[in-house]
Amino acid sequence: MNIQRPIFALVLAGSLAAMALPASAQLTEQVPPPRLKWSFAGPFGKYDQAQLQRGFKIYREVCANCHSMDMLSFRNLADAGGPGFSEAQAEAVAAEYKVKDLDDLGNPIERAGRLADHFPAPFANELAAKATHGVAPPDMSTLAKARSYSRGFPWFVFDMVTQYQEHGPDYIAAYLNGYKDAPKGFVLPEGGHYNEYFPGHTTAMPPPLQAGQVTYDDASPQTAEQYSKDAAAFLMWAAEPHLDARKRIGFQVMIFLIVLAGLMYFTKKKVWSAVH
Amino acid sequence: MRGNSTYQPTNSVLQWLEKRLPIGGLVHSSFIAYPTPRNLNYWWTFGGILSFMLGVQIITGIILAMHYTPHVDMAFRSVEAIMRDVNFGWLLRYLHANGAAMFFLAVYIHMFRGLYYGSYKEPREVLWILGVILYLLMMATGFMGYVLVWGQMSFWAATVITNLFSAIPGVGDAIVTWLWGGYAVGNPTLNRFYSLHYLLPFVIAGVVVLHVWALHVTGQNNPTGIEPKSDQDTVSFTPYATIKDGFLMVCFCILFAWFVFYIPNFLGHSDNYIPANPAVTPSEIVPEWYYLPFYAILRSIPNKLLGVIALFGSIGILAFLPWLDTSKVRSARYRPLFRQFFWLFVIAAVGLGWLGTKPPEGIYVILARILTFYYFAFFLIVLPLLGIFEKTKPLPNSISESVLGAKA
Amino acid sequence: MTTVSSAEHSRRDFLYIATGAVGAVGAAAALVPLIAQMNPDASTIAAGAPVEIDLAPIADGQIVKVFWRSKPIFISHRTKKEIEEAQKVDVANLPDPEPDSERVKQGHDQWLVVIGICTHLGCIPLAHQGEYDGWFCPCHGSQYDTAGRIRKGPAPKNLPLPPYAFISDSKIRIG
Repeated sequence: MNIQRPIFALVLAGSLAAMALPASAQLTEQVPPPRLKWSFAGPFGKYDQAQLQRGFKIYREVCANCHSMDMLSFRNLADAGGPGFSEAQAEAVAAEYKVKDLDDLGNPIERAGRLADHFPAPFANELAAKATHGVAPPDMSTLAKARSYSRGFPWFVFDMVTQYQEHGPDYIAAYLNGYKDAPKGFVLPEGGHYNEYFPGHTTAMPPPLQAGQVTYDDASPQTAEQYSKDAAAFLMWAAEPHLDARKRIGFQVMIFLIVLAGLMYFTKKKVWSAVH
Repeated sequence: MRGNSTYQPTNSVLQWLEKRLPIGGLVHSSFIAYPTPRNLNYWWTFGGILSFMLGVQIITGIILAMHYTPHVDMAFRSVEAIMRDVNFGWLLRYLHANGAAMFFLAVYIHMFRGLYYGSYKEPREVLWILGVILYLLMMATGFMGYVLVWGQMSFWAATVITNLFSAIPGVGDAIVTWLWGGYAVGNPTLNRFYSLHYLLPFVIAGVVVLHVWALHVTGQNNPTGIEPKSDQDTVSFTPYATIKDGFLMVCFCILFAWFVFYIPNFLGHSDNYIPANPAVTPSEIVPEWYYLPFYAILRSIPNKLLGVIALFGSIGILAFLPWLDTSKVRSARYRPLFRQFFWLFVIAAVGLGWLGTKPPEGIYVILARILTFYYFAFFLIVLPLLGIFEKTKPLPNSISESVLGAKA
Repeated sequence: MTTVSSAEHSRRDFLYIATGAVGAVGAAAALVPLIAQMNPDASTIAAGAPVEIDLAPIADGQIVKVFWRSKPIFISHRTKKEIEEAQKVDVANLPDPEPDSERVKQGHDQWLVVIGICTHLGCIPLAHQGEYDGWFCPCHGSQYDTAGRIRKGPAPKNLPLPPYAFISDSKIRIG
């Protein structure tokens, strides 16, 4: 009995220490992006409408040239918890796009977009999309949830409590802002661009954002850093359009459950008092 | 299932029904008047929580099935359509995905409770084995459900797990082709997984009925491991156990709601938000957390066939637990040496889980082998020997003595 | 069972009632998304948005079928003869009395726009057939006139009108 205790403690300590070991020999090393402040982070987070509108402008003018947004429709621009377009404004945006359709005789035509249409893709198919840079630019509908980075133990345990779910936008903003000259000795493959945060550091996309490239309608700074943040926020909305409602309803549900748990607890105590 | 002699409905309609289908009496004797040990602690509430979670998964699952399309070209989009367009679709999807995780969390707590208090011992061997069967059914159901999303991780997890069967000598490849319905994971695979994913939860429900039946034949175990000796030792299930189950169920729902509403993608893998691409393997293929320990065991064995045997053996060995543990004393409360090894086992299980997320190289492989050895040694060496050599603490005379005796 | 004071009784009852009530409210609230999810989703509602139809290509006497919210809509460019027949009818003796003027838009009586679903059991009636120069439903023999009103057969009501409006003399918006 007595000898078990120190052995037990040793094994326990060893296990915990092992968990703190940094991940060695990962297939592709990834530099963790800096944690940014997002309006939609935390239990009371909400999208910033102005930011989403700026982000949409960047998507339209820059990203949409190569990246599709298959699962977003023009009507989503007018949805609650989104960029806050009115239905008329969303309709106007839709009408500026050309959407493929068939006429009454079955011939392919192009017509003005309607609210119900999805955002049209810039390329006809995957092969055409691959042609420019050798890799097809990924669709952006779920991109902000499809990108993440590992935080390791014990940080991911803290994240459960702090509700850190913004790995995607943090990575995307860092990536967009992370193009730099390759360090000495780094071998950059043909057609590749050095990016600080892309796993393996070689990315096929050329740096997409430069200062002053997109004219903002509000007074926000037109720097590449601001563009990166706004684009990342817009992509997060595109991936998770019901975030506002989710967190709002979540708060109501939590309050309800806590009240119910309290009532159940006292009921249990009262019921069992007959036995004790 | 004793006679319903204690049940006398006052309502004439209920009396009429009782004569023809004594369901009232059954409910009364099984869940109202049913004698329950008075000293059950909160670890005993997880059976009820599991039943609740099964209900949640079935209801949310049936509803999701109203909107999901099981075709390789449309599956991913249909899930996104649920998330975006279906009224409260985002809620139903997150409830179902996180519900699976909560279901497994509850089952692990339930199983470790059984392990600690010796609930698998005579006369509850069949109860325990039915539980192992339920656990296997849950694992199959969860695996197939994850594939239905048809993201990158869905596709590649399906490829890896179905490929395991190719390790079987001779017929292995034929079995894999048969599972796939093609030359690789594809549309036939997705369709049959959908059919089976819808079916298995109802098989689980049926086995749960057997599980509860077996439980009611022997009665619950309790923290002392001593059977009830008199009416003093038990209380009626309702309201005593009911309210306790209900209270912890609500607390469990608080944890559930925390995941669903605030960190719904925490337990998932971001790669599953990328549509499946058979031409590109993700940089790491990782199962959901509840499979990680077994994944680590599989990868720790350098031989393919032996690794598969170790994987299935690590679950199958649970069925033999009632006979591997030779101790006459049930509860770990009175088994100080067993308790130490039990907690080491818990650490090994968690450790294996963590190792399942790491690449199988260097120190991680060494650690995984050590912990895998301990995992099997616990069942095959420690438990049989402990029964012979362990000096157990003296048992109390009865349940009520253990509860009231100290206060008397 | 120990005796319990009546004050404790009512306190205990209040707790039980409160817990039960809060639980019931939660259960009811939980039902809302389970039931609401079966209502048409956002993409279905968007697909059911109003449609604009150009009437110019529809010749005199021609009947065109379009779909709105997955329902067939008959657009009939009525001839002078068809309009006269519809207006001359003794409204009071119709199975479902309705004057022709209430079934067309003012100033546009050459245009009849009706939902092409038989009000009996839902089949699609065939145009330019039957004794009344209107529609004939092959399923159970209902016959409609040039204003889409039921004249003979088991159908109880006239062909219903969809919500529509003229946005110009040659264009209507349905929905």
